[in-house]
Amino acid sequence: MKYKAITAIAALLALPMSAQAGPDDDKLVINGEIEMVTKTAAPAHLQDAMDEVMSGWHFRSDETQAMEADDFDNPGMVFVEKALGAWETAEGSEGKSCADCHGAVEDMAGVKATYPKWNEEAGGVRTLQMQMNACRTERMGAEAWKYDAGAAIEMEAMLSSVSRGMPVNVAIDGPAQATWEKGKELYYTRTGQLDLSCASCHEENYGNMIRADHLSQGQINGFPTYRLKNAKLNGVHSRFKGCIRDTRAETYSPGSDEFVALELYVTSRGNGLSVEGPSVRN
Amino acid sequence: MKLTSLTLAVAMFGGAAVAAEVGPREVQFNEDGGVEASLSGMPGDPAKGAVVMATKSMGNCVACHAVTALSDTPFHGEVGPELDGAGDRWDEAALRGLLVNPKMMFEGTVMPAFYVIDGFTRPGDAYTGKAAQGDLDPLLSAQDIEDVVAFLMTLK
Repeated sequence: MKYKAITAIAALLALPMSAQAGPDDDKLVINGEIEMVTKTAAPAHLQDAMDEVMSGWHFRSDETQAMEADDFDNPGMVFVEKALGAWETAEGSEGKSCADCHGAVEDMAGVKATYPKWNEEAGGVRTLQMQMNACRTERMGAEAWKYDAGAAIEMEAMLSSVSRGMPVNVAIDGPAQATWEKGKELYYTRTGQLDLSCASCHEENYGNMIRADHLSQGQINGFPTYRLKNAKLNGVHSRFKGCIRDTRAETYSPGSDEFVALELYVTSRGNGLSVEGPSVRN
Repeated sequence: MKLTSLTLAVAMFGGAAVAAEVGPREVQFNEDGGVEASLSGMPGDPAKGAVVMATKSMGNCVACHAVTALSDTPFHGEVGPELDGAGDRWDEAALRGLLVNPKMMFEGTVMPAFYVIDGFTRPGDAYTGKAAQGDLDPLLSAQDIEDVVAFLMTLK
């Protein structure tokens, strides 16, 4: 009996060494009404690499997962509330607010799901933050927001929140294709003295533990994401930067052409998953 | 005076011993991707090797590999194979080669090279995210690697 108990304790102690491998099978329903697609068949362009795509939500603890299921528990929603105020506030030389042109926030449902997106006038792919800044500088006569910083990330989170539950659906063909290809190349390029690509961890090793971290597929359908680690909303370019820094590489900057391309490519790897931002992660 | 010059001579001799170390650009691999000769010219210390493997700012080997002998350190990873029995599966030259540059043995492996300073894409200045200035330092020193090899050889 005693021996058994000791064995059981030994088994428990051994647990952190290999922890709980693999993503879980929980279901995410937000506010008891928005049913989220957090696992689905991989988009056609990705089927050589994997069969199923999964939100990073499946790789987090039950406690962290629960925070995202209710807007009152999701700390990211505080920033969404702030952006609701900014949406109605006139700014710039034209004295216009977002609402003056776009109407109710709810009318923006679906927009986030299609970004990054080709813009004919600009002759390039724009992220949602770039489009927001184009509105500000060209239509409102207001100053551009700093990339991934306070006001910009809050507005992006707010626009994401009204698209929650809708499938990510970015175009990767037509005029966006060249940017997408560039993003794909960046995804598979091993950088830094640790010589790691995005794929090294998030394609070849998702589900595995790296020290105390559970490696996810690196999907970005949940961005902007509220991280418990730094207690704020995090933009996807800032997250890219952190990952590349951790390969002991020279990073790119938020808003750079490289990160715009990488955002388009990584977003497309999650085509079919629900828009989930602002998500909650550790 | 004489004593001073003698001390100086000893110090210079000591310097010469350090210079005999095999630098990252001088490592000779055998045809299997192993490295026969000690990088530092000195034997490794297994106890120090265990520290290198378990310490985040050093080898941080446990981030990817589970090692029962290091179970005092929590949270071993699953990215690479478990290292229990490594001293049975590999000889010293193979283990040294795997630490210096595992891509010589396993093309495309995710494992970093711990004693290579050339050929990287966008090498950074450690974990600052800024570009590296001048030559990189290897991730581990010659003696660190010898110490880790010595520790791994005890895993039988």
